[in-house]
Amino acid sequence: MAENKTIRPEGPPDDMERIKEESRFLRGTLVDSFEDRISASIPADDTKLLKFHGSYMQDDRDLRNERRKQKLEPAYQFMVRVRLPGGVATPDQWLTMDTLADDYGNGTIKLTTRQTFQLHGILKWNMKNSIQAMDEALLDSIAACGDVNRNVMANVNPDQSPYHAEVYQFAKQISEHLLPKTRAYHEIWLDEEKVIDGKEEEEPIYGSHYLPRKFKIGVAVPPSNDVDVFSQDLGFIAVEEEGRLIGFNVVVGGGMGMTHGDETTYPQLGRVIGFCPKEKGKEVAEKILTIQRDYGNRSNRKNARFKYTVDRLGVEWICEELNRRTGWELEEAKPYHFDHNGDRYGWLKGEDGDWHHTFFIQNGRIKDEDTYLLKEGMRKIAELGLGEFRLTPNQNVTLSKIKDENKPEIEAVIEEYGLSDGKQNSALRRNSMACVAMPTCGLAMAESERYLPSLIDQIEEVLDEVGLRNEEIIIRMSGCPNGCSRPALGEIGFIGKAPGKYNLYLGAGFAGDRLNKLYRENISEREILQELKPLLVHYAKQREDHERFGDFVIRKGYIRPVTSGQDFHS
Amino acid sequence: MLNLDVKNSPFDQEQTEQLNRLLLTMDERQKIWLSGYLAAVQTSPSLAAKNHQGEEKAVSSRQVTLLYGSHTGNCQALAEEYGAKLKEKGMVANVLDMDEYKPKNLKNEQDLLILTSTHGDGDPPDNALSFYEFLFSKRAPKLDGTKYSVLALGDSSYEFFCQTGKEIDERLNELGAERIHPRVDCDLDYEEDAESWWNGVLHTLGDTHEQVSPTVEKVTSVTDRPIYSKKNPFQAEVLENINLSGRGSNKETRHLELDLEGANLAYEPGDSLGIYPKNEDTLVDELVEEMGWDPDLSVIVNKDGEVRALREALTSHYEITALTIPLLEKLATLTENKEFKQLVTSRDKMNAYVYGRDLLDVVRDYGPWKAGAEAFVSSLRKIPARLYSIASSLKANPDEVHLTIGTVRYDSNGRKRTGVCSGQCAERTEVGDQLSVFVQKNNNFKLPEDPSIPIIMIGAGTGVAPYRSFLEEREESERQGRSWLFFGEQHFVTDFLYQVEWQRWLKDGVLTKMDVAFSRDTSEKVYVQHRLLENQKEFYQWLASGAYVYVCGDEKYMAKDVHNTILEIIKEEGNYTGEEAEEYLKELRKAKRYQRDVY
Repeated sequence: MAENKTIRPEGPPDDMERIKEESRFLRGTLVDSFEDRISASIPADDTKLLKFHGSYMQDDRDLRNERRKQKLEPAYQFMVRVRLPGGVATPDQWLTMDTLADDYGNGTIKLTTRQTFQLHGILKWNMKNSIQAMDEALLDSIAACGDVNRNVMANVNPDQSPYHAEVYQFAKQISEHLLPKTRAYHEIWLDEEKVIDGKEEEEPIYGSHYLPRKFKIGVAVPPSNDVDVFSQDLGFIAVEEEGRLIGFNVVVGGGMGMTHGDETTYPQLGRVIGFCPKEKGKEVAEKILTIQRDYGNRSNRKNARFKYTVDRLGVEWICEELNRRTGWELEEAKPYHFDHNGDRYGWLKGEDGDWHHTFFIQNGRIKDEDTYLLKEGMRKIAELGLGEFRLTPNQNVTLSKIKDENKPEIEAVIEEYGLSDGKQNSALRRNSMACVAMPTCGLAMAESERYLPSLIDQIEEVLDEVGLRNEEIIIRMSGCPNGCSRPALGEIGFIGKAPGKYNLYLGAGFAGDRLNKLYRENISEREILQELKPLLVHYAKQREDHERFGDFVIRKGYIRPVTSGQDFHS
Repeated sequence: MLNLDVKNSPFDQEQTEQLNRLLLTMDERQKIWLSGYLAAVQTSPSLAAKNHQGEEKAVSSRQVTLLYGSHTGNCQALAEEYGAKLKEKGMVANVLDMDEYKPKNLKNEQDLLILTSTHGDGDPPDNALSFYEFLFSKRAPKLDGTKYSVLALGDSSYEFFCQTGKEIDERLNELGAERIHPRVDCDLDYEEDAESWWNGVLHTLGDTHEQVSPTVEKVTSVTDRPIYSKKNPFQAEVLENINLSGRGSNKETRHLELDLEGANLAYEPGDSLGIYPKNEDTLVDELVEEMGWDPDLSVIVNKDGEVRALREALTSHYEITALTIPLLEKLATLTENKEFKQLVTSRDKMNAYVYGRDLLDVVRDYGPWKAGAEAFVSSLRKIPARLYSIASSLKANPDEVHLTIGTVRYDSNGRKRTGVCSGQCAERTEVGDQLSVFVQKNNNFKLPEDPSIPIIMIGAGTGVAPYRSFLEEREESERQGRSWLFFGEQHFVTDFLYQVEWQRWLKDGVLTKMDVAFSRDTSEKVYVQHRLLENQKEFYQWLASGAYVYVCGDEKYMAKDVHNTILEIIKEEGNYTGEEAEEYLKELRKAKRYQRDVY
């Protein structure tokens, strides 16, 4: 196997380790900081702890310069990300988020690439109200960000209903099990009384330093790889026997993030290390997480994700260590097959006879526009109180568990508001994904969500010319190399370098099973279109039956296939 | 300790020896006391004035006392000017702030000149309150031997025009004093009327006073430098003009930086800057067009007979954006319009009409007009200067002055309207343009001379402007007392004026504490007085430890509510009755520890 190009932990621990250690289990000075009325910001150390509570401090970057001249501080605001295992929400919960978006947020809801709700633009003094309102709807944001296990993803799986229920329960169970045990969140946001009786609080799984870096888990149900199981630190591939879940193939060491110009960082795909029965899944999750806790790099956060730990210590070592920690051995992996990672839009009937309808939500942004009242329409649907909302890993929504007799009510709202199932869009657009980026994300180097739709408009002109409008091609854009939209798995991938400049990547697998590779660096829109046009023309003419665009560009030698993240840069 | 000798001091040999002998015998406490005493004698106007008074009594049999009640400083400036003129003539003149004056001395006054403005809804200015209350109380003495005259300043667009002057005039008469010259009520363009009052008064006084030869003092008042003043404003170049209100604000608040290089205009924190505005071109054009006038017609613009083209006169010399009752009455003689004639028979109707209307409304509503442009224009009042609390310290920004100006915009009677000066600054003033400005002293809003004394600053909206000058000034001084700022506006995100500067001062310790109230960020409106109440214990502790309290901004709501809240705090925290608390606050005001600049 590709041995150890990754760097070893050396040097003193990163400052973040001190912040965690001194935080008294994630409390820090958050209470005081949120009471201060002179600034809408909070001190730097607290911003880092706040992530563990599911929130990032951000500012409206569009206004930064303007406000500086006006002698005003940046327009500080907070993003709150909900913990929503498997992306499943009740209609009431949807209504709660809808109301909060209007009352305290920027009037929109962002559905994330990890199947949850995100609100942007919440002012400091509204944070507590927002979190309390979420709490009343049985929603929380604990560990939605931070050096902990993040929101657990699970296949949306509209048509295999009983199976889905079990997978969803599993995702939820892991999420609960790996939740930090500190009461900090409840004290700070929900006014729970402080622990006073000298009884030391404990984090039995995490310890006082939590993880070296964020940790992501996803559960896939073949043939759909909508959760991009190979992009997760830890993935579970559901295995069925006669329609019943029997267990999981375990995948370790995937991840998207990297740093421009630092070749010791790279996206990586997880590798399957064996099979575990379903009862043992939770234990596997815990033990893998503790391996990363103990062996992850705490000196260099850029090399701290589990993928680097796996590549440094080797997949076999991880496997042996896991067996040591559980006291039993993983079985040999079961065969599995994925054929796509996108969503299936529109109405689908499940095995139990219930209906499921998947809406196309461009880049996951629920908002009202002049000619398209998407937010209001979705609210109307939620007000019917039917079924459940499933947020998909592709930033869409599936309304699930709709009975035959209720279908017309839903259809009436869909018709009234013209709610899209993507069918009138090009297949490229239906398979597009963008992270938030500007103006709220502090990491963004270029536009993403606000730009991709108009770029697709122009690519569509080419597609129409060459008759590829209905050809499914996965296109993903991220404003920075951290890769929230999993751009390294786009058949066409863009990663922002600077305003208006992107790296163009090609050649990922259609089922999320192969990374793409850098094709052109630092190019502008004009160059993007110049580069893509001949490729698409060529693809239209010379593709083989069912040949995917990502495979075509490799077969034709435009780009070399990437077999391991460690070869991503070579 | 350094021994004084002739070389290192301004004293001669004998003085040096005496001082050295004395210094040797003094302990540390005595030295500190003496240095403070000497400093105070040097700087305190009242002590200095007393000395003069003592010297001059010998040569004059009568003395003139000039008392001023002043809010923006106009009356003070006039009183000081007249006092100096009397002294030049060798008379004994005592110029005093009404608050500094002991009303019990009233019965001993021989010649009393009162100069007072009227504030808000016919109220006396803050520094006239005690005097005014005394005068109207039962304790007011008989004033049989006193001769007096009153100069009243006001703004005829207010219903109770020159009210305080009128009341004091009547009251003095009632108490038996002899009015030696009729009261003159001056409008915003007071200069010429005030001068005629003064000439009349001087004439009468001259008859009763012995004339003595001018003293040397006259010489010292002459200077070679150009003197810019209200009468001779300086043309200041605009260096910066930015909108402080963030995107989405309901308001527009301009921050202006002006270049004072070459102006010799000294100001102190708390002073105001006057700007002579220009009327909006389009408004002038509409007026000229409506009346069918020739814009190039020559018209007289002042009593000296200076002439300007009509268009220029209406732009820069006359007020056309505000209506007053006297103006309506004058205009009524220029039209045959029956409705208008009817209107001017009723004060109530006129009061209702002038609100939110301007000259263009009148000419449109009540034509046809029989008078020509000249007669029409001569009815108008001169365009008054607008005063803005200065937002900068000269020490921190040599040769600059900064202003914080809220743009006034509203819809009224079917037209969009903007404040003359604020609109000019917001819409028609670019960097590089010039504005006609002068400094208006305001001794009723001053930092304590001792920079170690704690200060509490309360302001809403643009009322925060002088506090920026206070803190800039304090940042420059070595000793800094504690300071506490209360600021209120509508929205945190867009209306936190000078936010990053307060934050920096807080971080650096120049500002000790800051509390903010943003009324429209929460369902229940929160104002500065609520923040005072939340902090009432500490607020009272600051008061008890000698803090000065400043209030700046809107009078009708903010200042009134803050005043009542402070009374409430004094009552509760000091265990006083309501009356005692009022007395407490009154004493604070008299001791200059409660100063207000409200409008």
